[in-house]
Amino acid sequence: MTAPLVEVRDLAVAFPGRGGGPPVRAVDGVSFDIRPGETLGLVGQSGSGKTTTGRAVLQLEPVQAGSVRLLGQDLTRMRGRALRQMRRHMQFVLQNPYSSLHPRMTVEQILREPLVVHRTVPAGAERARVAELLELVRLDPAMMRRYPHEFSGGQRQRIVIARALAVHPAFVVCDEPVSALDVRTQAQIVGLLRDLQEKLGVSYLFIAHDLAIVREVAHRVAVMVGGRIVEIGEAAQVYDAPAHPYTRMLLDAVAVPDPAVQRARLGRVPPDIEGRAAAAGGARTG
Amino acid sequence: MTADAPLLEVRDLAARFVARAETVEAVRGISFDIRPGEAVGFVGESGCGKSVTARAILRLAPEGSTVALSGSVRYRGQDLLALSERAIRAVRGRRIAMVFQDPMTSLNPVMTVGAQIEDMLREHTDLSRTAIRERAVELLDQVGIENARARVHDHPHQFSGGMRQRVLIAIAISCNPDLLIADEPTTALDVIVQAQILRLLLRLREQMGMSLMLITHDFGVVAGMVERVNVMYRGRIVETGEVDRVFAAPAHPYTRALLDAVPRLAIARGPA
Repeated sequence: MTAPLVEVRDLAVAFPGRGGGPPVRAVDGVSFDIRPGETLGLVGQSGSGKTTTGRAVLQLEPVQAGSVRLLGQDLTRMRGRALRQMRRHMQFVLQNPYSSLHPRMTVEQILREPLVVHRTVPAGAERARVAELLELVRLDPAMMRRYPHEFSGGQRQRIVIARALAVHPAFVVCDEPVSALDVRTQAQIVGLLRDLQEKLGVSYLFIAHDLAIVREVAHRVAVMVGGRIVEIGEAAQVYDAPAHPYTRMLLDAVAVPDPAVQRARLGRVPPDIEGRAAAAGGARTG
Repeated sequence: MTADAPLLEVRDLAARFVARAETVEAVRGISFDIRPGEAVGFVGESGCGKSVTARAILRLAPEGSTVALSGSVRYRGQDLLALSERAIRAVRGRRIAMVFQDPMTSLNPVMTVGAQIEDMLREHTDLSRTAIRERAVELLDQVGIENARARVHDHPHQFSGGMRQRVLIAIAISCNPDLLIADEPTTALDVIVQAQILRLLLRLREQMGMSLMLITHDFGVVAGMVERVNVMYRGRIVETGEVDRVFAAPAHPYTRALLDAVPRLAIARGPA
């Protein structure tokens, strides 16, 4: 078996408590590996710590404890220039394709930026690389002179993906990359991410609350609740034979496009649990 | 009105936005009925006109725009498009209520949730001050908010997204509407909270006997909630029918394409 590309061990992230209270452990002892060319799906409810985990892996959140190894090097011990040099190996695709592209920059300028920052192509060859990147995400290279507002949501997300892939990263964290898109566009972007993985061998940490989407992209899946991973395994095993009751609860809550099944599912949410779960889910305590 | 007569009869409804020199036809002549107590789904992608349709029923335009409506929207036999501004206000919120997607922007951040429910009751009922207070607590309790008597004094930011959606639903049902229009009521929520809110809508509909117009892009959300479904595409209803039939045997290619795009829980990737 190939050595893992990403090795996360006992990762912990703490945020200061509200109103001088004790610190909140947003990520509390998380460990996982991602192999080259593999997708690990990270699922959980909002507030479970999945986004913070993704950011901490990329060293965009201060790590309180634990280690994150990428290509064998511990990122948590790196600072300044060393860490900046590692950034070309790890990239980020965010949820909102409307706010993650600079509105006054053309697509060419947007895609040129990482090439210049990381000096990955010789001076003068940037435009050719930009064209190549647009073709990679199935956009017409002739569109490089346009501005983000001239594109649809799905096209913008393709540009965001092209920007992430510009510097040949080995690893991309995708945080809810399709949740702002229509179903048909979602399916196209998910298909694109899978094709790019096959073509480029890139690994993904795919963070999403939609378990059905994650099933389409992930080889392995981790389920997160309250800052901890409660179950991790091969996708087929986690979905078909979940070991943890929380995983089962998440799976039962997925709205499936089958009227008879969905009616039965909604009927099974008992009213008292409904209220209690709501009270536990983010309500003020004390 | 006989028992079988539709509560809402929409005929040839069209909505045009006039922006500078350009006219955009968001809804291009659609017709549908909603019967008393019936739940009807409207499914389509963004820009298909489903939200504009919902707002057009109450003669509301998306923020910052003007919309020209034509056709008719008969509610209990009365054409809402022909009513005076004053008369439509008596229907809006009281007889036909709406819940929108974003529970944060729909609530006033500087008012307690109790005060926001009370506002609605003051405007549309002649209950006494004490009765209004009591009713606000009762409504919060009805939508599944624990400790309702204390929580009426809280502000929206003290609630989670799912709880805020419950508060909006409490406001919407406060005057016992005949029809609740829910526009993407769970899109901003995660799966478990989504299931809770859908279950709540089902329960309230059952308890109150109201009709439900559920607007969503998600075939999974609409599947268990409605008796009939309308599929919208580019301002038109391209398919309408009983929900089980539409899912089992979609007649329109667009419906089929949308259904095919919905991810199924049944397909997994093997190891890398």
